Amino acid sequence: MLRTSFFYAVFWPRLRRNRLAMLGGVAVVTLFMLSLLAPWLSPYQPATINAWNVLQPPSWHHWFGTDELGRDVLTRVLWGARISLKVGFVAVGIAAVLGTAVGLVAGYYGGWLDNLLMRLVDIMLCFPAFFLILAVIAFLQPSIWIIMAIIGLTGWMGVARLVRAEVLAIREMEYIQAARCIGCSDLRIMVRHVLPNALSPVLVAATLGVAGAILTESALSFLGIGVQPPTASWGNILSSGKDYIEFAWWLSLFPGLAILITVLSYNLLGEGIRDALDPRSLR
Amino acid sequence: MATYLLRRILLLIPLMLGITLITFTVIHLAPGEPVEMQIAMNPKVGKDARERLQKFYGLDKPLHVQYITWVTHLAHLDFGRSFSSDNRPVVDKITERLPITLSLNIIALLIEFGLAIPIGVLAAVYRDTLVDKGITVFVFLGFAVPTFWLALLLMYFFGVKLNWLPISGLHTLGYEHYSWLGRLWDLARHLFMPILVASFGSLAGVSRYMRSAMLQVIEQDYITTARAKGLPERVVIWRHALRNALLPLITLAGFSIPGLIGGSVIFETIFSIPGMGQLFYQGVMSRDYPVVMGILVIGAFLTLLGNLLSDISYALADPRIRQG
Repeated sequence: MLRTSFFYAVFWPRLRRNRLAMLGGVAVVTLFMLSLLAPWLSPYQPATINAWNVLQPPSWHHWFGTDELGRDVLTRVLWGARISLKVGFVAVGIAAVLGTAVGLVAGYYGGWLDNLLMRLVDIMLCFPAFFLILAVIAFLQPSIWIIMAIIGLTGWMGVARLVRAEVLAIREMEYIQAARCIGCSDLRIMVRHVLPNALSPVLVAATLGVAGAILTESALSFLGIGVQPPTASWGNILSSGKDYIEFAWWLSLFPGLAILITVLSYNLLGEGIRDALDPRSLR
Repeated sequence: MATYLLRRILLLIPLMLGITLITFTVIHLAPGEPVEMQIAMNPKVGKDARERLQKFYGLDKPLHVQYITWVTHLAHLDFGRSFSSDNRPVVDKITERLPITLSLNIIALLIEFGLAIPIGVLAAVYRDTLVDKGITVFVFLGFAVPTFWLALLLMYFFGVKLNWLPISGLHTLGYEHYSWLGRLWDLARHLFMPILVASFGSLAGVSRYMRSAMLQVIEQDYITTARAKGLPERVVIWRHALRNALLPLITLAGFSIPGLIGGSVIFETIFSIPGMGQLFYQGVMSRDYPVVMGILVIGAFLTLLGNLLSDISYALADPRIRQG
């Protein structure tokens, strides 16, 4: 998608110059490391219940305080990062692959197939995504895998539209005609010649999509139909934060800040990548 | 205009069928039939009730027949009866809650656009200055704040800490004895936080969109003309530029409807507002199939209707669309 020369000559220098995007990028990498190292970094075990230490405010021993079962909130926030990032990446992976495939086929073949697929996109966009996700979960047992799948399966439409628009333009290029003339099959043209040039909007959409998926997962867990306790997730810590809001503000503050910072970093990075890839923003 | 309208309305029919088809697919994702689930949850359901339910869903017939039966019921506004103990028709349950959700969302939409338009215009007019940068920071924060977290923080500050605002429901106990002004004030106090949360959700997005629409318009020749003939900048921006930059926002209003309706689950649940979102959440938690499906279909139809309305207003506002 990003040819090596383009990457070094244009994309990377532009992204480097964008301070906000770099800040986002550094935060994204840091978060990734933190979640990877959570088992070694976290001072306590995420599920250890301590009845003598319930709902303690932040202190030297418990920087983020403790929850209603005496568990260390900092530890649970660190472990929650693993869940959030996992959900974000897998859900976006599903959405990106599905959306790219649909957009590629629709744009390349055109005609009735295009019409059918794009109407499917229209219909899917009519459903309030959150309703659709909740409805599916109502009928299945909520588990982290179901949640990833559902967020992915309800989030591919934007990618499909973006890829289709790219493919429509690329399809008319001379090198595609040339490829056809020398006898390349449709599949080969699509995968080898069209796809690599249609991927840059997917990169942007995927980066922003991680942020969206993390928000959705946390909202689901907050409502109690996402990641189920005792597994820690930012959303379900906030859920108990709501129950104890009158006594324990720290339960609500820290996981929320974690979500805010994560989503903000992915958005900043995504916008930066968009600007760096945009031919119109050559300055 | 008439042909445009007709074409637009005819296009709704396949979309509506598609919506019902997808909803139908979602129901059949469930392992175990809805009837079995209801019986499992409620041992009091007798044999006759079981047969009645099976007949209602047509579970003894092949899938396509089931689908057609279900759609026919829908067309007669028959969504079945709720599985909950009151066993009321789903239509009644939805129609008594829909007005609350709709009016909340409309107020939120108005506030959202009322704030986002000036914010976006300011950011565009003062492009690359401190004002623009400040607004950009606000916008990025707005994108990143989870609405339910914002709701929690507001509840903590205004409800618990300052004790200024009630944190749940629509009315104070015994509000019937208030004067109508008192009742209105009571309602406003209850609605302040939910509406703030609902309108904050996409405020950032809309103002960002407004900014880029405005930036595009400002570069047009007729703006240069307006400036060249000596119009004050205020008139150039707020009368000549704004009117054209507003056009794409009409479409955006249509697009933001599913987000608003979906978001109502969150704020209605948090603030215990008896609207459609709360009903949906309760339906999901208690696996009340007919309620969940009914709201799913209605939510999608509302979106469709909103898109239609925004397309029509776009055509009314822009003669190029109407005659094209």
